[in-house]
Amino acid sequence: MLETFAEAARLLLVLDPAVAGIATMSLRVSVAASAIGCAIGIPVGALVAIARFPGRAVVVVVLNALMGLPAVVVGLVVYLALSRSGPLGHLGLLFTPGAMIVAQTVLVTPLVAALTRQIVEDADGELGEQLRAMGLSTLQRARTLVFDVRFSLAVAVLAAFGRAIAEVGAVLVVGGNIAGHTRTMTTAISLETQKGDLPLALALGFVLLAIVIVVNAAAAALRSHAARRYG
Amino acid sequence: MLPILIKGLTLLAGGRAVLDDFTAEIATRGITAIIGPNGAGKSTLLRALDGLVRPGRGTIAFGPGGRSPAPRRAFVFQKTALIRASVVRNVALAVEAEPISAAERAARVAAALERVGLAARAQDAARRLSGGEQQRVAFARAWARRPDLLLLDEPTASLDPAATEEIERLVVALRDAGTKILLVSHNLGQVARLAEDAVVLASGKVAEHGPVDRILKHPASEAARAYLKGELPWMSFAGVS
Ligand SMILES: Nc1ncnc2c1ncn2[C@@H]1O[C@H](COP(=O)(O)OP(=O)(O)O)[C@@H](O)[C@H]1O
Ligand SMILES: [Mg+2]
Repeated sequence: MLETFAEAARLLLVLDPAVAGIATMSLRVSVAASAIGCAIGIPVGALVAIARFPGRAVVVVVLNALMGLPAVVVGLVVYLALSRSGPLGHLGLLFTPGAMIVAQTVLVTPLVAALTRQIVEDADGELGEQLRAMGLSTLQRARTLVFDVRFSLAVAVLAAFGRAIAEVGAVLVVGGNIAGHTRTMTTAISLETQKGDLPLALALGFVLLAIVIVVNAAAAALRSHAARRYG
Repeated sequence: MLPILIKGLTLLAGGRAVLDDFTAEIATRGITAIIGPNGAGKSTLLRALDGLVRPGRGTIAFGPGGRSPAPRRAFVFQKTALIRASVVRNVALAVEAEPISAAERAARVAAALERVGLAARAQDAARRLSGGEQQRVAFARAWARRPDLLLLDEPTASLDPAATEEIERLVVALRDAGTKILLVSHNLGQVARLAEDAVVLASGKVAEHGPVDRILKHPASEAARAYLKGELPWMSFAGVS
């Protein structure tokens, strides 16, 4: 047991290439998925928050439900879409990092959109009428409110990244955990644990834990900075 | 844009008539006070005039015969909504939708900040300002919009006397610039100081409409008498006979 820890620590200290490579792949995939998720989820969430259109209540319910999508189900759906006979099969993405980005994007976009919808709707309750009194259009109000709540949204974005980097089901199904190609921290941990390479699994576990802690600390710091600066 | 012709305005909310066949013709220049007890429908009336709520029935028209185009409007609320940004950025929101050049926008915002005495605070975080300064941001927004009609909903209700005086000076300056002003206020001293005429609202209807002096001294309606009896002690504080 102690040996396992010692070996894990050594892998981290010497910046073992296998550990570094896997961690980098995880970061690449989850950062890309979170970025795309925000580019889509924030505008969609903001517009759903302030626009009035038929079926809006249904859209809100669906968004909230999608927020809790099981990762492995997302993986399965994306797998079917990307598989050779699927609608996107011609892209040849299955079992590539691209497929993992697609799957995690599908996973986090509703999360970002749903959180944005809630945050912007609260801000709209406070500011919306006065923004309308200044003649701002729906789009201008959406932009203004998103800017106003940017610190809360950053926290939502970090939550989305946290979900992406920590999930295993989606990347495993569409990436296949191919060594040196689509292996991420979470898929490697589950695989290496089964194979008995506990030091590697443990070292990756430490890296993952550190990333999650740093992300959460960043969110907390951002929040308190915003409160101090802007009230 | 005068007179303001309001006819049969009716607005239902929460299962009752917040405005109930409200009819008035506001023809005086300067400041018209809208007074009446809490829940009478004063805020709702201002909102309807600004197009923020759509009445179920009734019409609002402007000018002789109601044939003038809708006037340029600005609205100052009791508590001003500020975004987490600088003062200047908050004021700039007021002209964001105006069809003018960026340079003219910036010039208007700068002039408005100067006008309300906040030019030196332009880069400060708006939500960090005192209550009085936050209301001055609201007046800078109103000023930047160059309104023909200004709607004031208890603009000094949460301010101390010094800040109230500052705001009253700005109200007078806007009036002197030719803006028609509707002022909702429970501060009857303020009403006596600023307004030409007053509309007394009770339960969504006009109880009385006439010159301020006459209404404050000799209210004709039972509703106005009841309201003034409740609020008059305040007036003697404000030094109004
Ligand atoms: N959208 C709404 N839904 C339900 N009730 C409303 C709504 N708007 C106003 N009211 C009610 O109408 C009444 C008049 O409101 P308001 O115009 O704010 O009165 P005032 O400004 O004179 O105090 C209040 O009882 C208020 O609760
Ligand atoms: Mg009110």
